[in-house]
Amino acid sequence: MKKETLLNAVLIALFVGVALAAWIMDEPYLITLATKAAIFAIAGVGLNFALGFGGLVSFGHAVFFGLGGYAMGILAFHAQTYTPILEWPFAINGTRSMPVIWCVAIVVSAVVAVGIGALSLRTNGVYFIMITLAFAQMFYYFAISWPTYGGEDGLSIYVRNEFPGLNTMDPIQYFAICFTLLLLVLFFVHRAAHSSFGLMLRAARQNEERVQAVGHTPFRLYLTAFVISGAITGLAGALFADLNRFVSPTLLSWHTSGEIMIFVILGGVGRVFGPVAGAALFILLEYVLGGLSEFWQIYLGAILLGVVLFARGGLYGLIAGREVAHD
Amino acid sequence: MTDPVLEIRGISKSFGGLKASNNITLDLRPGEIHGLIGPNGAGKSTLIKQITGNLTPDSGSIYFNGQNVSHLSTAARARLGMGRTFQISSLAMDYTVLQNVVMGALGQRGNIFRFFNSVMKDAELIKVAEDALEQVGLEDCRTFRTSDLSHGQRRQLEVAVALTLRPKAFLMDEPMAGLGAEGSQRLIGFLDQLRHQAPIMLVEHDMDAVFALADRISVLVYGEIIATGSAEEIRSNALVRSAYLGEGDAA
Repeated sequence: MKKETLLNAVLIALFVGVALAAWIMDEPYLITLATKAAIFAIAGVGLNFALGFGGLVSFGHAVFFGLGGYAMGILAFHAQTYTPILEWPFAINGTRSMPVIWCVAIVVSAVVAVGIGALSLRTNGVYFIMITLAFAQMFYYFAISWPTYGGEDGLSIYVRNEFPGLNTMDPIQYFAICFTLLLLVLFFVHRAAHSSFGLMLRAARQNEERVQAVGHTPFRLYLTAFVISGAITGLAGALFADLNRFVSPTLLSWHTSGEIMIFVILGGVGRVFGPVAGAALFILLEYVLGGLSEFWQIYLGAILLGVVLFARGGLYGLIAGREVAHD
Repeated sequence: MTDPVLEIRGISKSFGGLKASNNITLDLRPGEIHGLIGPNGAGKSTLIKQITGNLTPDSGSIYFNGQNVSHLSTAARARLGMGRTFQISSLAMDYTVLQNVVMGALGQRGNIFRFFNSVMKDAELIKVAEDALEQVGLEDCRTFRTSDLSHGQRRQLEVAVALTLRPKAFLMDEPMAGLGAEGSQRLIGFLDQLRHQAPIMLVEHDMDAVFALADRISVLVYGEIIATGSAEEIRSNALVRSAYLGEGDAA
């Protein structure tokens, strides 16, 4: 447990250190990279809630990332064109307020997760992977063929949305927002993992029969986990869209699902901070290897292969050892 | 006479042409240990699975505390107070011993959809859990990883988890399996006391244990109950002798 706590602290310090150093040296690009890592980390922590704690290998989390992104895109698009989203039966207008956008992103993702989860969780194993992928592809092609919001070209938002009291266009301030949200999400996930719900959920992953024998239904645990997981990933999507001030169907593509899964696997499945390490490593590799070769993902592939073959627990497993069963 | 805790009324279950349960009627009364014996493949485990709700009988019904539970899920039956131990230990292997028992205590409490409580710091749950561990003699292993336990200790842990549920009846599927002589003796002594807490339906291969413990014994052969009675009656029952005990090794 101690090693893991230390590693968590190092990771947090690394994020803050890199962002501050970049700020002092006036390197906005580096700050943006750190922000991107923080956002990816949120998405990964979200997926990990289902995948790591519940054993639900969702290959469709791009749905939630994309929904969060489009929640931001659509709300901000209507705000910048001064058109209502809906006129009848009641008027809904766009907004440029980040907190409102986040709430919408979270709620929309959660609602969709209830639907997808309720259907997908009737299957398991490889079928679950496939059905979540299928749902994601449905949303992807829907976004491509819906011209109102840019279709294949996506939506550009001219100015980043607003947060009360902060200048969100300043990279370090936007980093502060994203990083704070990451910490809040980590705090929630940490508490949830050690709560009565977390204990049962992680037990269901190990042994469904046991959970039933003590009077609980694995399906309800899984569905709840899937919804929380989707909601967190949706939040990340909204932040990512605001970082780029751009949304496109790419957010919904299966590459995105794969990338989010890579954060989880690289960092350590089922470890609260695992995806944070995974996302940071991913961005680092992209930055370092991307400078060497356009085909940097070949190296990423090799590293991923290495992790899967030789370090099952990811970075966390490698450094902090097997998860200590805690009291 | 007091009403039975568990009543099985005319249960039948077939797998293709194989009649695994054929019109089985059984009951479990307060304070008793009801032994269920039978040769391999007689349908003992199939019967237990129907009682706990893992399998749905083709016909017949199951009453638990006077309530028809035939259409309830396994989880719902567990909540009503069916404390079950598995033939092959079925535990959360990555958890500590204490965590496994706390799960049982949580199950008894009901609402687990709480996300902010630190469950392993809940004094009330820990107390229930530690009491159960003490009862089965595992109190020194509380921080062990369950997968590191010996086979016998896992069996004890299964019983401890069932205890935390404060069940109205225990369903034990071969709790002695693989325990060894000393372990079996301890468990026999323990079950002997336990029956006063809640009656036990005991499926067991260990004949000595069953005959030592059971108030009543039912003999299951090819999916049918061929006899029910006290240890004496079963020993002297001609049908049982020919169908089961008589074939080679005596009980």
